[in-house]
Amino acid sequence: MGLITPGLGLIFWSALGFLIVLFLLSKYAWKPILSALDEREKSIEEALKSAEIARNEMSNLKAENEKIIHEAKIERDEMLLKASETAKNMIEEAKSTASLEGKKMIENAKVAIETEKLAALEEVKVQVGILSLAIAEKLLKRNFSEDTAQQALVEELVNDLKLN
Amino acid sequence: MVRKFLCLSILISVFWLGFSNVVQAAGDEESKTGFLLPHVMDNYEWHFATIGHTHVTLPLPVIIYSPDQGLEFFMSSNFQNHDTHKFGKDYGVGGYYIDEDYTLHALDESRAFYDFSITKNVMMMFIIIAVILYLMLSAAKHYRKHPGTAPKGIASFIEPIIIFVRDEIALPNIGHKKYMRFTPYLLTLFFFIWIGNLLGLFPEAANFTGNIALTFTLAIITFIITNVNGNKDYWKHVFATPGVPVPLLLIIVPVEIIGLFTKPFALMVRLFVAITAGHIVILSFIALIFVFESFAVGLASTVMVVFINFIEILVATIQAYVFTLFSAMYIGMAVAEHDHH
Repeated sequence: MGLITPGLGLIFWSALGFLIVLFLLSKYAWKPILSALDEREKSIEEALKSAEIARNEMSNLKAENEKIIHEAKIERDEMLLKASETAKNMIEEAKSTASLEGKKMIENAKVAIETEKLAALEEVKVQVGILSLAIAEKLLKRNFSEDTAQQALVEELVNDLKLN
Repeated sequence: MVRKFLCLSILISVFWLGFSNVVQAAGDEESKTGFLLPHVMDNYEWHFATIGHTHVTLPLPVIIYSPDQGLEFFMSSNFQNHDTHKFGKDYGVGGYYIDEDYTLHALDESRAFYDFSITKNVMMMFIIIAVILYLMLSAAKHYRKHPGTAPKGIASFIEPIIIFVRDEIALPNIGHKKYMRFTPYLLTLFFFIWIGNLLGLFPEAANFTGNIALTFTLAIITFIITNVNGNKDYWKHVFATPGVPVPLLLIIVPVEIIGLFTKPFALMVRLFVAITAGHIVILSFIALIFVFESFAVGLASTVMVVFINFIEILVATIQAYVFTLFSAMYIGMAVAEHDHH
């Protein structure tokens, strides 16, 4: 058998052998292995993709949460501001009402005092009148017959009283 | 891993030394190196060792078809001298004899016959096929039984190679449209050559992938696949190369046609030479021991044989890769769709 002359027998057997191996392996080895590899690669790719999507969703959620928290904070601040303003207003109002009321009361009191004063003066006048009358009566009782001049004087006095 | 390779290599070398050719030590120069070529060539029997006068051989069937006598079956041992195990014209059977160079002849020179013997290399091929089928089918079982899981066992060993052949050889050379159609062929080709190369490195193994008949067959199969799948662009490139003036076509077209055949020819020669040369180098270092009959040379040769075995393991892989790569490139050229020109 020559070194560089291909022998017919070996060509025949090796062609037969190789083709049988090619057929068997293609059908029972490469087909399942290649399709399994393909499937696995696809599933890995899908898993990676879905992980990416989940991560994006997570970050979206986080951003949304932060936004909500931010909004809530703003709202709270606003509410606090409003509340303090309302409180201030209320205090202010209460203060003004109170002072108004006080003034009114003082006014009323003043009026009452004036009235009382007038009443008291009137009373005093009446008392003075009564006292004067009593005095006059006493005087008259003593000096009625004495002098007409005196009588005239008393009359004058009484008139003066009335003028007051 | 490296240590395993080292152990394997040393084992291989020890076997070479231990078994190969103890008998050759005694004799003239011719018999000291004469085992070299027959060792890398095909044979009708599988000769393992000769211990004293006992020949440890595996006789193989000799199958001959001739138009006049039909199919005939013999055993290789029928053609040998019973004691010396030598072939020769004196030991002919049924009108045939095997000469000293292991070539089958008909006693009647004018007779036509076809030799379909199960030779040493064919036997070797059966072993290689058995190993490949065992490896691949048991790997495939994993994918069938546990789809979608990480590879285990043999599957984890061959999966990276399969992915490599698919993504680094088939895909870039053939293109993503058609590469899946040729991937099974390229995978088979790669593993067939690779495992054949590796098993061929074992001591007493036949030089199957370094036989020109095998490389011829594989090259022819690639040639057929390439040209059967050749599209319009491919044939146009061969017979009416675009962009070339008509007078030049007279030169270009023959060159292109020759090119069709040089491609598989290169495939055939490259694998044959690389593997056979490696075997010859290893055998030569062993032959040195018998030529010089010295312990020092024996030691040095053993070291060299270990070293060459390492290189051969590398070459086994590289040659399988190169054959597959070039096949993919030729197929890729044939199926490529050109938008330009």
